[in-house]
Order: sequence, then C-alpha cells, then structure tokens
Amino acid sequence: MTFVRRAGFGLLAPVIAVVIAMLATSIVIVASGSDSGVGDFWRIILAKPPNRILVNIVNQTTMIYLAAVAAAVGFRMNLFNIGVEGQYLLASYVAATFAGAGLLPGPVNVVGGLVIAVVVGAAWAGIAGVLRVTRGVSEVIGTIMLNSIAGILVGYLLDRYGIHGGNQVRTHTLSQGSQVPGWTPFTAADGAVWALDLLAVAVGIGFWVLLNRTRFGFDLRATGMSQSAAVASGINVKRMVLVAMLLSGGVAGLIWMPAFYGSAYTYGTTFQAGLGFTGIAVALLGRNQPVGMIFGAVLFAFLTAQSNSLTLQTDISASVVLITQGVAVLAVVVAYELVRRYRTRLEQRAVAQVSPDPTREGVAA
Amino acid sequence: MSTSTSAPAGSRPKPPSERARRYAGFQRRGWIIVVGAIVVVSAVRIVTGTDDITSANTLRATILSACPILLAGLGGLWSERAGVVNIGLEGQMLLGTWGAAYFTYWYGPWVGLLGAAAMGLIGGLLHAIATVTFGVDHIVSGVAINIIGLGATQFLAEAYFSDLQYGGPRQLTGLEGLPFATVPGLSDGLNNLNGQHWFLVSDVAGFLAAFTTRVSVLTIIVAVLVAVTAWLLWRTSFGLRLRSCGESPAAAESLGVNVYRYKYVAVLVSGALAGLGGAFLALVASNGFTTNQAGGRGYIGLAAMISGNWRPMGTVGASVLFGYTDALRLRTPAAVHALLLLVAIGLLALAAYRAYRGARVAAVVLGLLGIGFLLWFLLTDTVPREFTGMTPYVVTLLVLSLASQRLRMPAADGQVYRKGSAG
Repeated sequence: MTFVRRAGFGLLAPVIAVVIAMLATSIVIVASGSDSGVGDFWRIILAKPPNRILVNIVNQTTMIYLAAVAAAVGFRMNLFNIGVEGQYLLASYVAATFAGAGLLPGPVNVVGGLVIAVVVGAAWAGIAGVLRVTRGVSEVIGTIMLNSIAGILVGYLLDRYGIHGGNQVRTHTLSQGSQVPGWTPFTAADGAVWALDLLAVAVGIGFWVLLNRTRFGFDLRATGMSQSAAVASGINVKRMVLVAMLLSGGVAGLIWMPAFYGSAYTYGTTFQAGLGFTGIAVALLGRNQPVGMIFGAVLFAFLTAQSNSLTLQTDISASVVLITQGVAVLAVVVAYELVRRYRTRLEQRAVAQVSPDPTREGVAA
Repeated sequence: MSTSTSAPAGSRPKPPSERARRYAGFQRRGWIIVVGAIVVVSAVRIVTGTDDITSANTLRATILSACPILLAGLGGLWSERAGVVNIGLEGQMLLGTWGAAYFTYWYGPWVGLLGAAAMGLIGGLLHAIATVTFGVDHIVSGVAINIIGLGATQFLAEAYFSDLQYGGPRQLTGLEGLPFATVPGLSDGLNNLNGQHWFLVSDVAGFLAAFTTRVSVLTIIVAVLVAVTAWLLWRTSFGLRLRSCGESPAAAESLGVNVYRYKYVAVLVSGALAGLGGAFLALVASNGFTTNQAGGRGYIGLAAMISGNWRPMGTVGASVLFGYTDALRLRTPAAVHALLLLVAIGLLALAAYRAYRGARVAAVVLGLLGIGFLLWFLLTDTVPREFTGMTPYVVTLLVLSLASQRLRMPAADGQVYRKGSAG
C-alpha cells in the first residue's frame, strides 16, 4: 500500500469522528431549545481566539499532552492505566508540599520537585503494576481503586498539614527563587506561556524515541499487537507490565508541574483536576501516536478554552463541549475499528487476486 | 499442591449426594458465620460503648448508602455475565440522576424512575453499539461513556433546570418523593428494643427495625430486582444462554444462541439498573439532583460486584459492607474508632481460619494486618473520618490480591467477540 493511501486511512477515522462529534453537538444544542442557535455556537467556537485565550490554549495543550503520553505508554501494550488522574493528583500534592517547604535553594528546588513528582507518580502506578504482576489483579480495577484512594488521601493530608485560610486550604507557597514563570508573548495581562511547557516537548520526543528507536519500544509495541507472539519471541511480559506502569505513572506525575511552577505556586484551589481523564481521551483520539496526540491535545484545549466565551455571549452552557469531546472519543474508536476492518478486507482481496486459485480458499477462510 | 495430588483420580463420577452434603455444609457454615458476626459486633458495641454501630438509624442509613452501590453492582453483574465489561456504569448512573430529576419534576416520581432507567439505558445502548456491534475495546468505550455521561448531565442540568423553581444550573430540589412503608406494630416495638442497648437482643432488633421503619418503595424494588436477577440468570434457560455468552461465546453461537442479541440485552439491562441507581441517589438517598451526584459510586458498584465474585449474593454482601462504612463515616466519627476493633477481630478470625486450612502466607499477612488494626485501636482515640471513605477501595484491592484464587470471573469477560467466530 502506498504511503499516501496509508496516510489517508490514518486520517479517515479522526476526520469522521470530528464530523460526527460536531453533528452530535449541533443536535444536542437544537434539541435543548436554546435561544441562540447552532450558528451562534459554531461562530463563537471557531472564532479567532483573543491573545489571552491563545496563551491559555498553549498551556492547556501541554498539560493535556503530558497526560495523553502518560496514558499512551500503557495503551500501546494494551495496559490500561485508568489511574493517571490519581497519580498526578498525589504527585502534584507531594511535589508542591516538598517544593513549598523550600528545603533546596532556587533552581535546584525545581529539579527536586520534578523528581519527587515523577517518583510519586511512578510509585502510585507501581502499586497497581505490582498487584497485576504478582497477584493477577486487573490493572483497570487496581488503578480505579487507587484513584479514589489518592483523592481521599490528598484531601486528608491537605486538611491536616495545609495552611487554612478562610474556607480554603493550600500548601506553603513556592519561594520566589524557585518560580519558573515563562515567556510573555503579548502583554503581561494576557499571561505567560509557562517555561516548563517544554517538559511536554521533551516527553513527546522522548516517547517517540522510546517507541521507534529502542528495544523497549519495540517490545512494547509487539506486546500490544500480540501478547502470545511477544512471549514466544522471548519478551518478559511481566517485566514489561511493571516498567510500562512505572513509566506511565512517572509521566503522569509531571502533568500539573508546568502550572505549579509557572503560575499556581501552591497546591490548593488552584489545582486543575480532571486532566487525567482528558489525557486518556486524547490518547485514544490520537491513537497513542506521539504526533497524533498533539492534534488531539490542541483540539481539546481549543474547545475548552473557547467554550468559556459561550457563557458570556449565549445561553448555551459551556459544558456542551464535554459532550463534543466524549462523542469524539467514542466515534473515533468506532471509526478506527471500521477502517481497520475495511483495510483488512481490501488486503484480503488484494492477496486473493494475486495468488493462484488453490490458496484462494485458504485466504477466504 | 499437596491437596491436588492427594485427591482421588477423577475417572469416577461423583455421587450426587456428595454435592448436596457439601451444599448443606456450606449453608451451616454460613449460619455459623452470621450468628458469630452478630455476637462479635454486639460484644464490641458493649466493650467500646458506641451504641451507634448497631443503632436502627445507622442501619437505615446503611440501606440508603448500599442500595445505589448495589444497583450499579447488579448492572455490572448483568453485563459482565454476558462477557461485556461495563466501566461506563458511572456515566450511566449520572445520566440516571438527571433522568430521575427531570421526569419526577414534570410527571411524578414513578415516571421519574422510568425516566432514570431510560437514561441509563441510553448509556447502555451506546456501550452495546460500540462494544458488541463495532468490537471496540470495552474499557475504552466505558471511559468514553463516563466522559459523555458527566458532560451530558452538566449540560442538560444547565439547559433544563436553571429556570425551574427550586432549580439551578447545578441542582434541582423539592422533588416529590417516593412513598415509604412502615410495618405498623413491629416498627415501634423494635425501635424501642433497640434503644435499650441490651446484649444481642438490641442489635438484632436494630437490624429488624431498619427493615420495618420507613423503608422506601425503591428499596423494596431493589430487593425484588436482586431476587429476579438471581433467578433469571441462574435458574432459567435465558440466563444460561446469557451466561454462556460470557463464558464461551463461540460455543454458545455454535449451539444456536444469538450472541449479539444476548449481549445487547445484558448491556441494556445493565445501563437501566445503573440509571435506577442514579434515581435512588436523587430521589431517596437525598432530596434532589446535583451534578456529579454519583461521585464514584458506579466504580464502587463495580468493585462490589468483583469483591462479590460475580455473584448476586456476594454483590449484596459487599454493597452492604461498603454502605455500612459510608453510613458510619457520615454519622459518628466515634463509631468509626470502634470499627477498628471489629476489623481487627475479623482479620484475626480470618487469619486463624486460613492457618487452619494450611494457607500459611495468607494467614501471616492477615494476622499481621489484624494485629496492626488492634494496635491502632488501642493506641488512638479517634480515626480521621476520611480514612473510612477509603474502605471500599482498600477492601476491593485486598480481596482481589489475597483471594484472587477463589474469585472466578466469566471466562470470556472483556473479550471482543465477532459474530461468526465459531466457524
């Protein structure tokens, strides 16, 4: 199959999915009988974002992308780390507490905090990995349970050791020397593109190299395609599960770090929850490919950022984009499956045409 | 190892009477456990002086907490018995909360129940289309449905509840409730007896009082649904076929079972049950709808079903346990401390039993855990109430990791099946 054709098949599914998601969203808006019509909705969503929102989209994209990579590391070998949410929650809290305590000076504190975040995220994911490898506990159930436990644990620790002010609780604020605000492309009022957004670039490149240029990446993809074939070729699947889980959790630990060092400086109401599930959705949308997930992350960040204007200008609720995102994910996985079946049939037909008659039956069976 | 080699060679078929004898033994053991548990709980209550652990009010709160979990668990049971993993229960439950609120507001609570079930059913339909017809991975589809469920309820609430009386973009209260049932003579007497705090008698009375005082109609419906599920899935040919789709779809298809149809039915029922669970949350357990009301109960339901070994009564047991810890956490932190002693005794008893059965590693692990809890009880006066909230999750992880050999999920659970694979 030619390169163009293969690329065409690769793009077919996401395009179908986005169209279906747009249709479904339009139908929902019409059905809900809002005063502003579908036209208004798409006009606002597709409008050129103002500078402030552009900056926001860049920052959100990087965090979503980190979350997507975290999920994709496991997904590539059919290992479902649903616990990205809990891993980055716990990692963010512990890292913020550590960095806020100011045990290390200036920039060293930044590196220290990032290392702590990676270690905590990996350790929390590692629990599910160890349970899966030693006790055969499904990683899906394990990580779902650990998500909830992480939420309760962080709530307790924050309440116990945090700074109470009004009805808010937060960790100690990061010292000035350790803050990494970033770069202001427009005016100061429009906000800054966080410097640690570069983490996402590094992780993205790292993920690509890992997948395509290392033995581990090859093993990972092989295990995902056929576990029995992987075992037969001498891959230690148990070890793969554990390492993939640790890697996934480690990346998950980094998700909120750009925001923490860039503008939040403390863990409290500033924490942005829900990125873990968004990341899973984006990983599915981008088919766990390093490049594909960039588009997915931009799309989700764009939709979310633009939806804020809805509340101001129409009576359509901003949460309608959640439906768009959810439908897009469901539609894309269905579309991938349909495209895969269609391709298989095409390939079978192609093989049947070139091979002599006797083998024809073998292909059809 | 030693047990399997010492067993007689399996060439002779077992006489049927042995099975009956084993069943009777199993039943007797069940009764011993139940009676023993009541005695221990009662003793702990007297020793620690926390009457709340068996008060009728706590037990009634337990029922309220347990029913939504149980409904989600039953939903999980239906779909997983047909071989479809449904982690979209959470999203279907959320859709149910909205459906219950909307239809109750306009048409009354009975239509509200139907509306909740219908909304859950729509979530189930999405899952069935994706997983059964299109062969999408079950986990992937479930995650997507949870995202859609959360988004849809938020959007629908803002669109439809904002302008209503007692409504708002995130809630709708003042809904007409479902009727309650109280057994006239019994209820007062039992509540009175429970208030006396006598050993054993008051505990049993509290238990019975909880089931005879202001029991919601929906609670009774839940009990009926459990019985109907158990009967349908295990005592009818319909159930046998449905479960065969979860055990070996290829074999089922080769025997003429329409695998797709059974899977569809199972997942649709699953969604509807989860939706009813949402209705319980919005109409019975609280006095209205709020966004994200399920708050992870769909996942707890799934956990209850797994801890309950993919069986109806196991699911009931786990749901009640999870509901009990939830009720205790919300009511009295002091009672939670007494719970530590209960857990310690339970773990030590389990350790002794496993040691008696020769499972040394499990016995040591359980024993150490039990001693740990005992020390925790003796050395502290209060427990952070947050920790009780972890119970369902920790219990599930413990059950799965310590008793995984005793759990058996449907053989083809979570596997994608394509029509015609039987050849």
